[in-house]
Amino acid sequence: MERTPLNGIGRLASSRQLHIALATAVFLIYPFLVSDYFIDIAFYFGIYTLLGLSLNIVLGEVGLFDLGHAGFYAIGAYTTAILNTKFGIPILVLLPLSALAAALFAYVVCSPIIHLQGDYLLIVTLGMGEIVRLALINNPFDLTGGPNGVFGIDFPSLGPWLVIDSSLEYYFLIWLIVGLTILGLTRLQDSRIGRAWNYIREDETAANANGIDSRSYKLLAFVLGAALAGVAGNVYASKLMCVSPESFSFWESCLMFCIVLIGGMGSIPGVIIGAAFISLFPEIFRPFAMYRMLIFGSAMMLMMMFRPGGVWPRKRGAVKYESLLEGTGRSDA
Amino acid sequence: MHVILEQIINGLTIGSFYALIALGYSMVYGVLKLINFAHGDFFTLGSYLGYTVLVFGAALLTAHFGLWGALMAALIFAGVSLAIVGLIVERVAYRPVYPAGRLPAVVSALGASIFLQNAIMVVWGPRFQAYPAALIPNVHIQLGNIHLTLLQIVILLLSFVLMGTLYYIVQKTTFGAAIRATAHDRKTASLMGININKVILFVFTLGPALGAVTGIMVGMYYRQISFTMGWNYGLKAFTASVLGGIGNIPGAMLGGLILGVLEMLGAAYISAAWKDVFVFIILILVLIFRPTGILGEKTAEKV
Repeated sequence: MERTPLNGIGRLASSRQLHIALATAVFLIYPFLVSDYFIDIAFYFGIYTLLGLSLNIVLGEVGLFDLGHAGFYAIGAYTTAILNTKFGIPILVLLPLSALAAALFAYVVCSPIIHLQGDYLLIVTLGMGEIVRLALINNPFDLTGGPNGVFGIDFPSLGPWLVIDSSLEYYFLIWLIVGLTILGLTRLQDSRIGRAWNYIREDETAANANGIDSRSYKLLAFVLGAALAGVAGNVYASKLMCVSPESFSFWESCLMFCIVLIGGMGSIPGVIIGAAFISLFPEIFRPFAMYRMLIFGSAMMLMMMFRPGGVWPRKRGAVKYESLLEGTGRSDA
Repeated sequence: MHVILEQIINGLTIGSFYALIALGYSMVYGVLKLINFAHGDFFTLGSYLGYTVLVFGAALLTAHFGLWGALMAALIFAGVSLAIVGLIVERVAYRPVYPAGRLPAVVSALGASIFLQNAIMVVWGPRFQAYPAALIPNVHIQLGNIHLTLLQIVILLLSFVLMGTLYYIVQKTTFGAAIRATAHDRKTASLMGININKVILFVFTLGPALGAVTGIMVGMYYRQISFTMGWNYGLKAFTASVLGGIGNIPGAMLGGLILGVLEMLGAAYISAAWKDVFVFIILILVLIFRPTGILGEKTAEKV
């Protein structure tokens, strides 16, 4: 977009506000124009946006490779499912509790591994995610219901006068949470914490030399990311009314990873685009039936060929990539 | 005592599957620092191609070359086809994203994996396919107290011959030295006149071919294959290559065999349901205390 320097900042601010206002208006009107089926699709779009935002803190802001994020999502969902079905605690009370449980889990599990770098961290988080899923299947202490999962989770309610039980109300619940999260994360991005995170991502040694306690900041990113994934798990569990281990497979972690990278690392609008791609693409191509996942896979490859930095990369502190072929003298390097 | 020995032999059988698949991961990682997520699907595709040859061409092939000839034909056909597929995938999915760094390559690799997996589903259908039963005579062998099948012996022999050949190529020949040099430090290697492109092509030919051969052996051993099995075996084999030291070729073999044996012993003496958890916990412990794996050398990346 080209702007003359004269009306640069004023125009930018007002046009940005305009864009946000327009997007909000579309989200408010959309569910009244379409059937429940499409509202549900938009609901899952919201869940994936929330999951993408949560992984974006870890992967996008701090640059930590986390391929086990579905584990945190699972902890949130199962905390909700078990506490609700066994003790009857209301879903909305469990919302912060699920976030807390996932955050606590992240703190305990990530403390010993936080010093690992790059691919080693990726492999360890992958193993962690798999351990969570396998543990859920094996039904420890008869809590998780094994491969079948837990059934009969309540609707979220605030007393008898507000029960969230229709597609429309779930749609507004998830997008309200996403909206608040985006608000919080944009504030966080430019805060002391956000800048420290980006500093660690760009050059950890320099960050340490400048007095940033990179270990604590990395742990904070994991804890915060896990808490958000826990919230997503809570809403997902109450919407589906049941949870089972297959919803939290390695594949789910891969999807979240792709959401962040397709959108652009550390970019909040990018995450929304990535989530839209992951959740809406298979729906749009439903007429192609069994060929749609072929198209989906090809689209992922094509996107990385033409926009390796993501569809909507973040402007400030964009990640610089080092070529895998550096020094090989290959023409395409 | 003979129970534990039998479990170790079962473990070695499964471990040699993991080792052969892990070699593909480890070679590509060594040269390009890229986790080739599509490798598990190379293995599946090889298994299905072998299945097709054995089911539809078995009568003809057996008449001309005998039972062992038919098996050899299936192995060679799947191996060669997958070498070609590997080269195509490298050309189409990976080469265009090399300049962008490692993260876009991860997404591209996942895209390639989804593509291959669903292509297999479209061609062969989503259901389990049963591998032909009486390929290798169902002979049971009693060695002292230990009970073995002929199939196991064939699998173990074939795996060890393949691994031995690869070990020889990598450790004893000049080209093998070039591969090791590239894995160690690509920049310096290319300054020393090593043709990196040749090395890349080599790992993308041999890795998928080994995967395809393993696919056929897994099909014969378990008698059934499905289009999603690549994920599971890929994950285990990847774990094995990390266990041995990723990028290190003897390490991948050792890691696979150790993983297989640990899994079988864990299943027999601890709990069958928790055996995979056991495997991943060992992986995490190894990475915390010795991040470079069992045989891995110190890498440039600080860990």
